[in-house]
Amino acid sequence: MAVRRLHPDQPPSFAFSPENLAWAKETIAKYPPGKEASAVLPVLWRAQEQNDGWLPEPAIRYVAEMLGMAYIRVYEVATFYTMFQLAPVGKKAHVQVCGTTPCMLRGAEDLIKVCKSKINHEPHHLSADGDFSWEEVECLGSCANAPMVQIFKDTYEDLTPELFEKLLEGFAKGNPPKPGSMIGRTASCPEGGLTSLTDPALFDGSGIGAWKKRFAETTGAAPDAKAPAASAPATPAAVPAAPVTKENLAAEAASGAVAAARGTAAGKRPKE
Amino acid sequence: MLADKDRIFRNIYGFHDSGLQAAIKRGSWDGTKFFIDQGQDWIINEVKASGLRGRGGAGFPTGLKWSFMPKNDPRPSYLVVNADESEPGSCKDREILRHDPQLLIEGMLIASFAMRAHTAFIYFRGEYIRERERFQRSVDEAYAAKLIGKGNVHGWDLDIVVHHGGGAYICGEESALIESIEGKKGQPRLKPPFPAGCGLYGAPTTVNNVESIAVVPDILRRGATWFAALGKPNNTGTKLFQVSGHVNKPCVVEEEMGIPLKELLEKHAGGVRGGWSNLLAVIPGGSSVPCLTFDVCEDITMDFDALSKAKSGLGTAAVIVMDKSTDIIKAIARLSYFYKHESCGQCTPCREGCGWMWRVMERMVKGEARKSEIDLLWDVSKQVEGHTICALGDAAAWPVQGLIRNFRDVMEARIDAHDKAARQAAE
Repeated sequence: MAVRRLHPDQPPSFAFSPENLAWAKETIAKYPPGKEASAVLPVLWRAQEQNDGWLPEPAIRYVAEMLGMAYIRVYEVATFYTMFQLAPVGKKAHVQVCGTTPCMLRGAEDLIKVCKSKINHEPHHLSADGDFSWEEVECLGSCANAPMVQIFKDTYEDLTPELFEKLLEGFAKGNPPKPGSMIGRTASCPEGGLTSLTDPALFDGSGIGAWKKRFAETTGAAPDAKAPAASAPATPAAVPAAPVTKENLAAEAASGAVAAARGTAAGKRPKE
Repeated sequence: MLADKDRIFRNIYGFHDSGLQAAIKRGSWDGTKFFIDQGQDWIINEVKASGLRGRGGAGFPTGLKWSFMPKNDPRPSYLVVNADESEPGSCKDREILRHDPQLLIEGMLIASFAMRAHTAFIYFRGEYIRERERFQRSVDEAYAAKLIGKGNVHGWDLDIVVHHGGGAYICGEESALIESIEGKKGQPRLKPPFPAGCGLYGAPTTVNNVESIAVVPDILRRGATWFAALGKPNNTGTKLFQVSGHVNKPCVVEEEMGIPLKELLEKHAGGVRGGWSNLLAVIPGGSSVPCLTFDVCEDITMDFDALSKAKSGLGTAAVIVMDKSTDIIKAIARLSYFYKHESCGQCTPCREGCGWMWRVMERMVKGEARKSEIDLLWDVSKQVEGHTICALGDAAAWPVQGLIRNFRDVMEARIDAHDKAARQAAE
């Protein structure tokens, strides 16, 4: 358990922007009728994003009203889930340093020292200029790229104290590096090159349809005769182009739009 | 070593395009309609025959789990995919979600069909924001290509709802995950009733790990016998291993179940930092399982049965390697802090016990303790283990027990050193 309290200084009110309101309505419609409460986490999260990265008390009330939930139910969700920031965070970066054992073994404690000296001695406190804040968080699920930090939506991996200081400087100047490994690794591939997945036959499409032969041999069934359309829809030519979406918020908004274009496909649950 | 042709996840590092067309070229969505046409029982029997055991940690047979879903129930059925990957050391599902999403979406369609579900939820951990955004785009691609959705080419309607959490480890527990989707705090439910009888919204639900679902299409394509021939009896197939900590090249890699630990570390992870003889201990399956000492590591194989025989576990196959420079007491104390932080607070033994164990462990790190307190710590861990609604209590107790069982001499030496320093300071 973590002790979490609301911040003493709260804004007087909160309301979604028109775009976020439309997004929230679409999100609520993804869940079965009467189960609007299911949307509480995504909607609270959007409220936090709109409010510069932290969740004020009026937003908790606003979301409770929107979802028809008792205030206390939303309050306990906001205080239970630790990704909801209950105090203002740095404008340019809120640094979440993973401190759990896999990252600790590879030097997370040194990153925390940098935070203490460069940002604020205490976690969840703003730097003097209000641009930065930090906290130590539990395992962020990038253990093969430890140590790492998450800043807002992105992760910065394979850090050293020096690389981390450079990263913070990048955020201070407004030109942070590209997220991911800071030493040029590709995702969680071993440093220095592949130890697997080097056979080109995996990628040239030569294995497609191989199951038919195996099926005919082992069961005597002829897949093509039985189901002529089996692999037809999977041919690339038959696949329409993917919807073009933009990054970040736009991506989710657009995906909502796709759902709407499907004729509220996501809005109505099957009755069975 | 697993041959490339037997690997399921061909784009695990994202060197290739994760989009639909590229995924099809790598073999996704190949023959899906044919497999669905074979019927529910055929699919479940294939999965059973493959010997696939759940990849989320507990290792429960996946086909058997699916067969618990009721066949003639007026309520809707739900598939819930658990992408709340939070076990320290685990980072495999992230790679599937961002690099091989179509395998998972195809698996979700097949699994939903097998358990008669027309709606599938996927629950992302809150921190996987980019992964979730990317996965949503992949779902949209599959909708647009009519691979899923209403009136799709496979003849089984399926809607996929992408949901996310808010940074709570406990939501990886299936009933806490269900509570969380319902919009509540993630506090586990008492079982029975099990989710297959009464799960999400009170309806039949099956919760499966990302990797368990994503391997299903390839099991059907290549055959249950292919999958069952890999690995060892009762521990079949391939597995994504995640190597972190003190190795030269930490990585995620797909390997055969039952690969010797030493081979895994040396072939893929560049070996232990400072050489094999510099190895102190290994946590083989994510933070929840007890650590293995050097002697055991020499010839242990990475599978459910061998590791449970060695009083540890395969868990999520997240291998945390510690070399001789490690302060093992501190490494385990940090895990105790993790469990203290992540306990949901519902059951007293866990809520109080995790904090208690952490505070004692912090003193053990400094040696500020009496040796009798090691036994007391063991005793308290046994009071937590098995006395809670979910397995978080067990998970908090096991690392501490593993430490005491394997490194009691280190703990005692620390206490002696502290006593000696205190005596000298007094003189």
